[in-house]
Amino acid sequence: MEFPTQSSPYLPLNKNLSRLMVQVMLGLIPGAMCLFWFFGWGILFNLLITSATALLAEAAMLQLRRRPVTATLCDGSALLTGLLLGLSLPPLAPWWIPVVGALFAIVVAKQLYGGLGYNPFNPAMVGFVVLIISFPLQMTLWPPPQGIEAETLGLADTLQLVFASVLPADTTLDSVTMATPLDVAKTRIGLNFTWSEILADPRYGSFAGRGWEWINVGFLLGGLWLWQRRAIHWQIPVSMLCSLFIMSLFFYVADADSFGSPIFHLFSGATMMGAFFIATDPVSAATTRRGRLYYGAGIGVLTYVIRTWGGYPEGIAFAVLLMNMAAPTIDYLTPPRVFGQKDAEKN
Amino acid sequence: MRRLMVTLLEQPKRIHGGLHLDANKTQSLQQPLRSASVPGQLYIPLSQHIGEAAEPLVEVGDKVLKGQLIARSPGYISAPVHASSSGKVVAIGDYPVPHPSGMHAACIVIATDGEDRPADTRLRMDDVFNADPADIRQRVRDAGIVGLGGAGFPASVKLNPGPDREVDLLVINAAECEPYISCDEALMCSRPQEILDGVRIMRHALNASQVVIGIEDNMPTALVQLQHCLDQTGASDIQLTPVPTIYPAGGEKQLIYALTGEEVPSQGLPIDLGIVCHNVGTAGAIARALTQGEPLISRVVTVTGEGVRQPANLEVRIGTPVADLIEECGGYTDDVARLLMGGPMMGFSLPNDSVPSIKTTNCILAASYRETPQVTAASPCIRCSDCADVCPVSLLPQQLYWYAHARNFDQIQDYNLFDCIECGCCAQVCPSHIPLVQYYRFAKTEIWAMESERQFSDMSRQRHEFRIERLEREKKALEERRAKARKALKPKVGDANAKQAEIAAALQRVKAKKAAQSVGPLNTSDLTEEQRAKIAEVDRRRSSANGQP
Repeated sequence: MEFPTQSSPYLPLNKNLSRLMVQVMLGLIPGAMCLFWFFGWGILFNLLITSATALLAEAAMLQLRRRPVTATLCDGSALLTGLLLGLSLPPLAPWWIPVVGALFAIVVAKQLYGGLGYNPFNPAMVGFVVLIISFPLQMTLWPPPQGIEAETLGLADTLQLVFASVLPADTTLDSVTMATPLDVAKTRIGLNFTWSEILADPRYGSFAGRGWEWINVGFLLGGLWLWQRRAIHWQIPVSMLCSLFIMSLFFYVADADSFGSPIFHLFSGATMMGAFFIATDPVSAATTRRGRLYYGAGIGVLTYVIRTWGGYPEGIAFAVLLMNMAAPTIDYLTPPRVFGQKDAEKN
Repeated sequence: MRRLMVTLLEQPKRIHGGLHLDANKTQSLQQPLRSASVPGQLYIPLSQHIGEAAEPLVEVGDKVLKGQLIARSPGYISAPVHASSSGKVVAIGDYPVPHPSGMHAACIVIATDGEDRPADTRLRMDDVFNADPADIRQRVRDAGIVGLGGAGFPASVKLNPGPDREVDLLVINAAECEPYISCDEALMCSRPQEILDGVRIMRHALNASQVVIGIEDNMPTALVQLQHCLDQTGASDIQLTPVPTIYPAGGEKQLIYALTGEEVPSQGLPIDLGIVCHNVGTAGAIARALTQGEPLISRVVTVTGEGVRQPANLEVRIGTPVADLIEECGGYTDDVARLLMGGPMMGFSLPNDSVPSIKTTNCILAASYRETPQVTAASPCIRCSDCADVCPVSLLPQQLYWYAHARNFDQIQDYNLFDCIECGCCAQVCPSHIPLVQYYRFAKTEIWAMESERQFSDMSRQRHEFRIERLEREKKALEERRAKARKALKPKVGDANAKQAEIAAALQRVKAKKAAQSVGPLNTSDLTEEQRAKIAEVDRRRSSANGQP
């Protein structure tokens, strides 16, 4: 009797790329729901636009590169990039902002480098950084979070604003948007406000920015679930959060008037989403066990440095891209000690 | 002579990485171990071990007896081959052998006569525990015993630590970590005494101070049987240690680490730590050879999987075709999709069932597609490094893959490719379904090929250089010989006067020669007296003219 042959091992494989991507998407749900709750319909539009653009761009590029289109789209990586970018963009930004960001992320940062597995930089963060450098004004269009006494836009109004740049009557762009807590903190520290004065602002909630604190809790919960499902390794988030905590604690203890508290930093901006969903992108991160610790720590330190002394209120995206550059070197310098060898030094 | 001391751990260590796999051993352990019937024809390959192939000692038409030597080992790293049953040699030639490539190799084909008449093998030793270790090794060698764990390294070689080494610890590998395989477990359950005898013989041959049997903790029956046997004799010379069940705890280096906490050096051998490791089945085979005089003509084989009707462990004659074993177990089911020799992690798939089962065949797995699905197309590596987490050798499989893919064979060796034991854990957890082990085998083969090519060109160059050197040497020798011969022709000289005389004579000769040469070309030898006088006259005038200008 004849049989087909193949190479070992033969057992059924339990892991699967698209299942992994779907898990990460599921992990995003708590944080995304919080974002939606606090910032309204714009979040949903962003997600829809970035996902659709990312998928279309991926399909077009695969077609041009003569790669299998359907099978590759099914791996979910393009959709995930779109979702991550969509969650980082201001909800009231005009429709072409997410389009440009997703296009750049997929076409340039991912496919031109060779597609999934070959991109040295996190595509979603490349898309984000391109936008924040090129369109700084549009990237500030965050509405006031739910719970602050201010005008909020409904579904129809948001649709009109995003797709036709038409504001409801009796409103201005300034009256429907509000600077983010990190932005405000940065500006006011520059104006010699003390932290206690800053925190007295209604923008701030119980332990960080109003709304943002719960959004971060949401992403933290989703991230913990991912770790529990072994979809991500613990090293990068833990070392990133620890280094951010230590940096902020050090300066906070030294001068509590001029520097934000560790808790503020951990639960502000994109900290938790960055730690569990952005920095853990395996393609562009360090892969050795020790390397992942250094990589995460680097992101934490750079994030703090950019937030505190840099030109932008939020530093996660830049920190991730900078550490992406360092990842191959980190991997090269941190090989594990091979069984039966005296030390990890290379010959 | 150095003696290395090895300390056995109270609590076995967990190995690095590894996987918890479904054991799937119960299917084949439902029925007790039984002997498979002797097939009509035995296909006995001449190479069933690591090392040189054996050389046939029989010819077509010869009658052979069970246990008779039919092929001798030509070298130290080799093993002889015996007839597994009595009958007639009907062919010697190339037949399909168990190999991933489905290749054909030299086999002796015996048509059995059903009488199973044994030959006198003279392997039995009456007082084995007082015998000379060298004698034991010779008989183990004569019995054709090779490592039955899978690699098939000649056992006698591993019973010889060498003159400058001593063995402190003998490790008996009974971990059998790969799913589906249960032949060692079946053997331990049904013939524990035989195993302990074999272990003691090995210990005596090696003069090892400690012995431990490392057995996975998911084989309670085997553990109880062995312990019972030890208790009966009140012996405490052999330690039984259950090790945590995890794949690949049965790898030699992994098991030694689990039991002692010591790491066998990379590219090194257990003997570097004063340890020798043998498979539990090998111990059984040694006991059978030296106490019952039966060479290695049969072994226990697990026949299992959803593709076979009645999974079982069988005592199988070496050379029995796989098809006969499947028949023995009730035949194929409709689900059979794939035929594997060895386990699902490190075994290989057979293209057909006509190949014989050999000394290293521990398992025949007739698997369904549910058990061994078809490969799907691989996706790109996303560098998730799950593979690095499960690697028992702490390699970076993602980097090895990258460099194998890029055919960067220098860099891949910097990442310790040759420490890879091909256990398959990395490929098993890869979310992109990349056949990683295949890439590593490819890289290893390429490097070996390059290495042998380099050796060949080195040898050619060396040979060329040697030839030039030899030619020059010969030229020089010839000249020396000639000079010597010339010297020998000259007369021996006694004193200074004689020397002077000789020199004078030589000068004379030279002068005469010169003179002869100077006049030679003038061609004046045949001149008359008159002509000569005239010439002399002219010469005189000339010289006087030259003298007074």
